Amino acid sequence: MREGRLLPYLLIAPSVLFLTGLFLFPLGQTALLAFQQGGSWGLGNFHRMADDLNFGDAMANTFKVVLLAVPLQLALALAMTMMLRQVRRGRDILVWIWSIPLGISDLAAGLVWLAILTDQGWFNSALFQLGLISSPQAWLTYETPLALLAAIVIAEIWRATAIVFVILLAGVQLLPKEYEEAAEVFGATAWQRFMRITLPLLKPSIQTALILRTVLAFEMFAMALALGGRNFPVLVSEAFNWQYQSQDYGVAAAYAVLVMAISIAATLVYLVALRVPAEQRA
Amino acid sequence: MIKAFATPKLTGAIAALVLGLAAAPASAQVVFLSTQLRPIEAAQKLRSEILKDFPGGVEFVTEQPPQLGVHIRAEQQGGKPVSSLIGALHGELQPLAADSLMPLDDVLATLKDRGLNAGMVEAGKLGTDKQMFIPWMQATYIMVASKQALPFLPEGADINALTYDQLAQWGANIQAKTGKRMIGFPAGPTGLMHRFFEGYLYPSYTGGVVTTFKSPAAVEMWTKFRELWKTVNPNSTNYAFMQEPLLSGDVWIAFDHVARLIDALSRKPDEFVAFPAPSGPKGLGYMPVVAGLAIAKGAPQADAAKKLIAYLTQPDVQVKTAKAVAFFPVAKVDMPADIDPGLKLQIDAVQRMTSARNAIVSLLPVGLDQRGGEFDKVYVDTFQRIVLRGEDPKAALERQGEALKRIITETKAPCWLPDRPSQGPCPVE
Repeated sequence: MREGRLLPYLLIAPSVLFLTGLFLFPLGQTALLAFQQGGSWGLGNFHRMADDLNFGDAMANTFKVVLLAVPLQLALALAMTMMLRQVRRGRDILVWIWSIPLGISDLAAGLVWLAILTDQGWFNSALFQLGLISSPQAWLTYETPLALLAAIVIAEIWRATAIVFVILLAGVQLLPKEYEEAAEVFGATAWQRFMRITLPLLKPSIQTALILRTVLAFEMFAMALALGGRNFPVLVSEAFNWQYQSQDYGVAAAYAVLVMAISIAATLVYLVALRVPAEQRA
Repeated sequence: MIKAFATPKLTGAIAALVLGLAAAPASAQVVFLSTQLRPIEAAQKLRSEILKDFPGGVEFVTEQPPQLGVHIRAEQQGGKPVSSLIGALHGELQPLAADSLMPLDDVLATLKDRGLNAGMVEAGKLGTDKQMFIPWMQATYIMVASKQALPFLPEGADINALTYDQLAQWGANIQAKTGKRMIGFPAGPTGLMHRFFEGYLYPSYTGGVVTTFKSPAAVEMWTKFRELWKTVNPNSTNYAFMQEPLLSGDVWIAFDHVARLIDALSRKPDEFVAFPAPSGPKGLGYMPVVAGLAIAKGAPQADAAKKLIAYLTQPDVQVKTAKAVAFFPVAKVDMPADIDPGLKLQIDAVQRMTSARNAIVSLLPVGLDQRGGEFDKVYVDTFQRIVLRGEDPKAALERQGEALKRIITETKAPCWLPDRPSQGPCPVE
């Protein structure tokens, strides 16, 4: 009997140990490192981080991408899920095709988009073939910040909408059909049914998808690096530069702590804003 | 069913693991840790064309320059060093000289017949009275232009004795006629733009790098360079290796490290010319790059490493190295007649640059140890502020000068060429 009660803990122990050793422990070390400079405690690293040339840009760029990409991804994924509900034949194929970007690494995706958008890339070639431009048009330089931002947002949407879609799809499949059928009987329009019934019932899935997606978007790195390079610093790329190019681990740790703080704050906002009533949690 | 499926796989995996563990200690190859030839293609060429003929085999491992010191000291403090031979630039080996390298006077004595460049052998003492590294190969930075750009050269300009003003005019002429900005610099995240400021622009305009950082001459220099930048392709902030935009025709005129230009020159030697970097009011600043071979203290394979040094400095291996990765020989060699025409173009350009009467030799930063990356950041940040964001040069230099001062004070690095020697840390005047 006692053994039976211990068994679950024994079975999860390896994963807990693994995460503590390789995640929590370094996390604590990084947090400590951020507040140390030359052996003494203080906020020196944070001052240097905030004082740096690229800090303001990195902060602004990260938020711009998150605030533009995440809502668009949510809307797109919702639309995709709803459309898929109406599909009878070929459903699996559609799900499969829509999830392809999930299998591609960030950097590879970034390089694909770079090949499309660079001066001699496919996009310019297409525009040239259509007679819309006569010579290569630059999209990714410091002189075209709006095009650069748009390119990164579009690439992010292409790459990561699938994860939101997959989570929402799983949620939708669990929804009971009865509520909607009842609403239909009482004459609710399709839009009303979506807004009043499906969306509220989907809230737990939306919350999960948003938390996951937002936290990952704040950690965006490879895409910005591939497409923007020096022209589009983001928080994590700055952390990387301080760590590997400037060899200043303290400032890099300060960036890491900042990204963590932002992620935690965003998660809390979602937890509160999309609170699921106790009776629905069943 | 599942079990039957998994078993052979599992046993296979375990067998592979066991075999791997058993095989690891058996291969006692000499480990060669290098900050040079890091790009995968260059490393692969070194492995497959040069190191494969060394008896006993070599494990070639690369490391980022700022991490070299940390890496070697960590190995030594760990008590179980792995790396034997170290290949790195002069300035990267300097901080290791005090306590992490093995004197190599005995090795040098056996290399009398190599005719190694005397100045570089002297530099190999790293300020001590012992030989700390043996010169391995050399390189520098030059300019390359497409022949399509030549008709636009300003009147009376000699491409082999260009000034920065003429370069700006050249770019402006091209822009006026073609509407395109065809000068390119490797100012992307992995480009070597900082070396252009440290070794070329600053010495040419101010005669120094650190002491003259915020001098009136520097203010004038940045103002002029901002003007020149108006004719530079805006994709420059994404470029890493200039051979690529040269080959694709995105730029016609480019500055870069010889090893990052060689592809363009050897693939299309008839379409490009190579020429020295331009001159400024103080002369033609240029940066010779000397890579040396050193042996770590406590190296597990010290004898094999010594043999590898002897091997890599053999004249025929030096020629092979030049052909494979475009770093030039440091030993006395006769370049064969069948040498790659692109390499020939580079060698001629380098010869003209180093023998120019107004040449100012400017060394890679010395004595900064792992702060080298931060030092480079000062110059790149200054460039970003003044040229890309249009900040006032004087104010920007004042601000970045503080950062420079802090790095120099904390590392206590004395001045290096072209700055005049200093007692104590190099002053930012």
